[in-house]
Amino acid sequence: MQDIIKSIEEEYYKKDIPDFGPGDTIKVHVKVVEGTRERIQIFEGTVLRVRGGGLSKTFTVRRISYGVAVERTFPLHSPKIARIEVTRKGKVRRARLFYLRSLTGKKARVKEKGRF
Amino acid sequence: MSKTSKKAIMGIKVGMTQIYKEDGTAIPVTVVEAGPCTVLQKKNEETDGYNAVQVGFYNLKEKQANKPAKGIFKKANVKPLRYIKEFHIDDIDNYEIGQDINVDVFQEGDAIDVIGTSKGKGFAGATKRHNFARGSMGHGSKYHRRVGSLGAKGPARVFKGRKLPGRMGGERVTVQDLKVVKVYPERNLILIKGSIPGPKRGLVIIKDSVKA
Repeated sequence: MQDIIKSIEEEYYKKDIPDFGPGDTIKVHVKVVEGTRERIQIFEGTVLRVRGGGLSKTFTVRRISYGVAVERTFPLHSPKIARIEVTRKGKVRRARLFYLRSLTGKKARVKEKGRF
Repeated sequence: MSKTSKKAIMGIKVGMTQIYKEDGTAIPVTVVEAGPCTVLQKKNEETDGYNAVQVGFYNLKEKQANKPAKGIFKKANVKPLRYIKEFHIDDIDNYEIGQDINVDVFQEGDAIDVIGTSKGKGFAGATKRHNFARGSMGHGSKYHRRVGSLGAKGPARVFKGRKLPGRMGGERVTVQDLKVVKVYPERNLILIKGSIPGPKRGLVIIKDSVKA
């Protein structure tokens, strides 16, 4: 039964998703429709969490934009997302980084992951 | 007599998922494995008093079929099937005994009604069963999820049909005017927008909508 659902979901899966997780800094290329024109907008920030599975998997990205914190949650397999770029791997010990919300300035940084 | 439908098919509920439209909207869908249903018998006005087609659905082992059902299958010259139902269909002349009804009778965008048996909830209170309002849970209130008044004092009895706790669910439920999102004719699958009654592996009947 579950196989049938998987086979249906399969045709909607994106194949070119890079491997990323909480703490990573990523660039999300979002398709934005303005009137009749479609253009790509980049949303860059830290991944706070990845939740769900299958087609309904989503991830939340947090960024500070002109002094205001903005959090956006994207469905991972949405056709609105053109591309995801990982710019920095973060070293974190938690799956959900909600503690970052209460931190500001130098404390609100995530250490970079070493290569060993 | 009950209303006749243009087309109908039996199916097994597989489960739910979501798919994306081109513009990024996520649509919640229920996957149903529908058909092929085999026409076993035709009932008509002269001999039976009503027009209907009797159809069977879903594989069954030869030895699992009971004797009365076996007789039906033998007459129609088909393999045993698990479920037998009658559909009151407008023009039964289009159907012949032994013919298969496939999912492709439905197209993307069609309005349909789905009939199923809802999940059994057991013995449920009035708050859950009849959507009664509950009392305050705090401030010293001792009145939480109870039934409340059973009626006026005057008649000195409780009227029939009073909404009270009891068995909930496990009954025939029709959800009207659902939309077909997608059909996979070669895999006998149909995607329906939204939820439909019943558990996974439950039998459902898909008909064209009476409201359309």
